[in-house]
Amino acid sequence: MAKNKIIVVGGGLSGLMATLKICEAGGEVDLFSYCPVKRSHSLCAQGGINACMDTKGEHDSIYEHFDDTVYGGDFLADQLAVKGMVEAAPKLIKMFDRMGVPFTRTPEGVLDLRNFGGQKNKRTCFAGSTTGQQLLYALDEQVRRWEVKGGVTKYEFWEFIKIIKNKDGICRGIVAQSMNSMEIKAFPADVVILATGGPGQVFGRCTASTICNGSAVSAVYQQGAAIGNPEFIQIHPTAIPGSDKNRLMSEACRGEGGRVWVYKDGKPWYFLEEMYPAYGNLVPRDVASRAIFKVCDHMHLGINNERRVYLDLSHIPADYLERKLGGIIEIYTEFVGKDPRKVPMEIFPSVHYSMGGIYVDRKHFTTIPGLMASGECDHQYHGANRLGANSLLSAAYSGTVSGPEAMKYCKEGKQGVALTDAELEAARQEVQAEYDKIRQMNGPENAHKLHQEMGDIMYDYVSIERDNNGLDKCLVELKKILKRWDNIGLTDHGNWANQEAMFVRQLRNMILYAMAITKAARCRDESRGAHAKIVLKSDYDAMTAEQKEKLVGVENIKFAADGRGHDADDELVFFKRDDSRFMKTTVINYDPATEEPIVKYEEFEHSLIKARPRNYAVAKKE
Amino acid sequence: MAEQKKTVTFIIERQDSPTSAPYTQEFEIPYRPALNVVASLMEIQKNPVTKDGKKVAPVTWECNCLEKVCGACMMVINGKARQACCALIDELEQPIHLAPARTFPVIRDLLIDRSVMFESLKRVQAWVEVDGTWEVKDAPIQNPYTATTAYEISHCMTCGCCLEACPNVGPQSDFIGASPSVQAYLFNLHPLGKFDKEKRLNALMGKGGITGCGNSQNCVEVCPKNIKLTTYLAQLNRDVNKQALKNIFNK
Repeated sequence: MAKNKIIVVGGGLSGLMATLKICEAGGEVDLFSYCPVKRSHSLCAQGGINACMDTKGEHDSIYEHFDDTVYGGDFLADQLAVKGMVEAAPKLIKMFDRMGVPFTRTPEGVLDLRNFGGQKNKRTCFAGSTTGQQLLYALDEQVRRWEVKGGVTKYEFWEFIKIIKNKDGICRGIVAQSMNSMEIKAFPADVVILATGGPGQVFGRCTASTICNGSAVSAVYQQGAAIGNPEFIQIHPTAIPGSDKNRLMSEACRGEGGRVWVYKDGKPWYFLEEMYPAYGNLVPRDVASRAIFKVCDHMHLGINNERRVYLDLSHIPADYLERKLGGIIEIYTEFVGKDPRKVPMEIFPSVHYSMGGIYVDRKHFTTIPGLMASGECDHQYHGANRLGANSLLSAAYSGTVSGPEAMKYCKEGKQGVALTDAELEAARQEVQAEYDKIRQMNGPENAHKLHQEMGDIMYDYVSIERDNNGLDKCLVELKKILKRWDNIGLTDHGNWANQEAMFVRQLRNMILYAMAITKAARCRDESRGAHAKIVLKSDYDAMTAEQKEKLVGVENIKFAADGRGHDADDELVFFKRDDSRFMKTTVINYDPATEEPIVKYEEFEHSLIKARPRNYAVAKKE
Repeated sequence: MAEQKKTVTFIIERQDSPTSAPYTQEFEIPYRPALNVVASLMEIQKNPVTKDGKKVAPVTWECNCLEKVCGACMMVINGKARQACCALIDELEQPIHLAPARTFPVIRDLLIDRSVMFESLKRVQAWVEVDGTWEVKDAPIQNPYTATTAYEISHCMTCGCCLEACPNVGPQSDFIGASPSVQAYLFNLHPLGKFDKEKRLNALMGKGGITGCGNSQNCVEVCPKNIKLTTYLAQLNRDVNKQALKNIFNK
């Protein structure tokens, strides 16, 4: 009997994990990636991976990990999915350990654990401050072993362009393009799994790699796959601002005792410790980012009144820092030229991670039959905010679900009829025609400049503090950018390793995904996790008395000239979380006629832990 | 000082295809603080015009993470093989010369084909032969000191600096280079990985193996991750020799 052929697109942690599971179940994998899979973005994860190992005498429990994740995600994550993940976590760590991941160890040789944001117990396994790199390498090695054994064929430096559906609408293959020869080819398969990572590049400067552009996600969105919760974009509080990228300074800095401060009245002010006494510097990322933003933009207390605050490690012994945080200290020293062992680092929040993504069920099937998604590109596990060190976990875990489920789907014969040669060729020709058109573009716009403009707009309107005026404006601007895309001119008209032509195609996908993020944010009139919305006069006037009471909860609200609401202490007024209206998953579908997103809301599983207010100023109550 | 450096000049060695002849072009871009070579190449992408005002195709190169972890952007900068993302303009003499690492086949401009390194990782069986991804039992406890050495070597990002700098890697010799060789040493340290130590040592005998190392010590000079490559190559050489003797006596 012929083996089942699964196409996996993306060779980060999730794609490689799925690949291994498929090989072990007797399937064959065609593995597609922009780059050698060993260079995938998972390797940028620094601080660690959460799992309840309970080896520090803290009586940590899987339930506690479960609750922290759901609470940290502001009650928007599917609780059964999260439960599955946290239960599997300790087993995954043991697997990685057997594979040779050089985890940092205690003097007696067992895995060390560290603190991380939004969790009171030590629960984070780590390999110095390069945990993602080490986990990715372990899976890369195991996949290479399967490559030798014959289960895996790698297509590195091949770009996924789109899926191909059979006559019944079932996904049965993809079209991809070689990034060197520019050859466009159609590949048939029984199932396709996308594991293509996050869309950070939609924001221009971010902590993500240049390859994390969300283009593949947008491509299948345009082909009918629904997107879930795209408005939830995590802003990491501590990154080194840069013009080419914002370089992440791991949350492990704070986990290992780093303190965040600015000068106030001539003295260091440890504002996180003062605002959130229970968690201090270890509040979750959305909370820390908003606090830093407030201190810099509203209180004007940033270093030299610029958008920067101190992240201080200089009080921690140098040899301890070297052992626990060596990798990131090297990054800071190398790129900034100052030694964090001696002087406080200067940091500011940056776009970092997308909680949302392709809408999937708990088995990681998308709304298109035969198409699956796993890893950061899916919408599962993190709700409205991801806890630090849960991303490596969700990436690896989702691969252990999507891979076996793909095989099960094949065994049950759900894949329908295969594509005919004519269908494969038709799909190839369609992509070829689109590509040929791009190569002939000769307008006045430069694609890279347009990308930068889009990133700036997204940062201005859809980042830490959002309001409905800004979001409306952003949608208008994005539509203008989409129009200007038609006027791009290529400077490279060659047909060999033409990176510019590929980028132009990706950019269009990015613009359409940016519209989905923005529209979702516009429609969600509440604040939850990473999505924080300021109340405008127009919002307030449209509310019923009950809504005013519930959503704003402020008496004597005053509105500034820009329409933004302020309370008696002159603090901005945000919408409150509104469980009655918005404890639902945002589901976005693409409207091919208008190229615009259509927003609806779906119920999700949240019956295990009852929603309660999220407040990190006090210790969490269950 | 920054006042004087209003612009940055690059002389870039370009090549349109694997078989075409190389040529150089000069570019000038505006200076800004903390600029690095990748950020400069991105500037050229936004306005691909040479210093003489000629419109050209943007320079092709490979990069991903921009924080010296992925290994993609290795190229020869002012004569030295290194990662372009952390090559800060302030620390480089101008004009800055960029060239592809010609130890590897050039695809286009600064973009090179390093697949040979990944093939070498197959040769030395750079993995642990786990039974599967399923749960087996607790993983063995490891000596924390050995684990620290493993962690150091495990930073190797297969960038190829050590191969580019090595006088023994190239058409004149089959030596697979320091990076993949030392990966064999890494897996021989692991409590489960060491079960296949003999296979890895045997793989490093013969053509392209450890005897190809001429001990020029260039690799350790250029390693962006400061891995003590020569130390581990020396230990590996000893292990391979021991294994060779053992093979003779066991015949």
